[in-house]
Amino acid sequence: MHLTRPGPAVELEEVSFAYGGGPPVLTGVSLAVEPGAFVGIAGPNGGGKTTLLRLVVGLERPVSGRVRLHGLAPGARDGPRIGYVPQRAQLASGTPVTVREMVETGRLALRGPLGPLRADDRQAVAAALERVGLAEHATVPLRTLSGGMQQRAFIARALAADPVLLALDEPTTGVDAESQESLAALLAELRDALGVTILYVSHEFGAVEQFVSRLVLVRGRIVFDGPPAELPAVWHDPSHIH
Amino acid sequence: MLRLEFMRLAFLAGGVVGLVAPAVGFFLVERRQSLVGDGLGHVAFAGVAAGYLLGISPVLSALCFAVVGALAIEWLRARGGTAGDQALALVFYTGIALGVVLVSSADRLDVGLFQFLFGSILTVTWGDVWTVTALGAVSLATIAILYRGLVATALDDEASRVAGAPVGLLNATIAVLAALAVGISMQIVGILLIAALMVLPVIAAQRVAWSLRSTLGLSLAIGLGSVLAGLTAAYYGDLPPGGTIVLVAAGVVVAGSLVGGSLRAR
Repeated sequence: MHLTRPGPAVELEEVSFAYGGGPPVLTGVSLAVEPGAFVGIAGPNGGGKTTLLRLVVGLERPVSGRVRLHGLAPGARDGPRIGYVPQRAQLASGTPVTVREMVETGRLALRGPLGPLRADDRQAVAAALERVGLAEHATVPLRTLSGGMQQRAFIARALAADPVLLALDEPTTGVDAESQESLAALLAELRDALGVTILYVSHEFGAVEQFVSRLVLVRGRIVFDGPPAELPAVWHDPSHIH
Repeated sequence: MLRLEFMRLAFLAGGVVGLVAPAVGFFLVERRQSLVGDGLGHVAFAGVAAGYLLGISPVLSALCFAVVGALAIEWLRARGGTAGDQALALVFYTGIALGVVLVSSADRLDVGLFQFLFGSILTVTWGDVWTVTALGAVSLATIAILYRGLVATALDDEASRVAGAPVGLLNATIAVLAALAVGISMQIVGILLIAALMVLPVIAAQRVAWSLRSTLGLSLAIGLGSVLAGLTAAYYGDLPPGGTIVLVAAGVVVAGSLVGGSLRAR
């Protein structure tokens, strides 16, 4: 496992953000996530939960405030490795990319873009496939798998980076309820087995509620932050969320 | 046929182009930039015209124009302010318009220009063969060394950024490789048909391949086969080589679709 510094795995201090000079998407967001936590981030569409995750992984920069991962700015040299599963992760490619080929791209974070993979890279890829239960499907084209299995493959790609932080953006979009719970259970297992910190953004948090140690509701700012059991009943009402 | 030196030179230069064009096209197709080769061909046309006007090698000036055009497309796309297809359209039309103005200024709307537009593989010299081979070898070696990074970026640009990969540099590399492929393909298939040799072998390979690596391997095989078969057909049928090569590649796409369809139906 990657060596990390003491302190919060993820820390946002008074972060505000707007796209291209538009209206603010996030205002004054402060958040500290301890290492090894499994945090669900939920909220309505347009509430800023995906933006919050993109700020954490370094795809966006805050207009004001600061983001730190184990004390370092996202993307910093020697910073903590991030396993990232983007929103609606799916291959638009017409090429029959196999599950193993896709997971191998996760080694980019460790090996860089030059030269072929080594034996230890191949072992790491095989281990990642084993962890998500796709070892037997390694040579199958990804596009022939179900939505739930494809998401497992994308999680395997993230795991192949030997991450300290796993950041997933709506990983269950278009996935049936059974697969959603199965994915959430898999992530809880990974957190326990690897000690990885998990940020799980979801439009519907019902599937992960029983697994996360903490739930953060975002609507331009943080409107709830605590254990799922303490979530006011009114927030469970979808009409309120929207 | 091979007793004639001009045919031997045509096969040598064509063989290199048959490998390099689809190798670069593979990444363009993956990135949904299949028409970039077409746009760069039009920029190369402006380069040929500039070469005439300045009295320097049209191939060299076309190569320089294509590299600048490729980097401009990538820069406009990466800035995010201009959609990919709009960036391509801007460079595409600027290139063709500039070419028309420069050709008119140089008063060279003649047979020499048509050779660049439609290919002139039968006029290839040993010097051309060495240039094409050297640039082709550099292109293929670059792809081999950066293969993993180029694939990861083509499949998922954002995940590669989060992984800390130099995505901008990798994208610029593909842009320059596309420009080089255009430059060395001009004499073989012509500016107007360059994109076809970059893209059609890849589309054909996708129909029957079973993995990413097999798609790349089959693309190269189909590209090479199309050039060799097209040149042979052009020689015996007294046909224009560039158009014949592309028609062969298009035929392989149709055949690949039929074979792929029947394989999937099993």
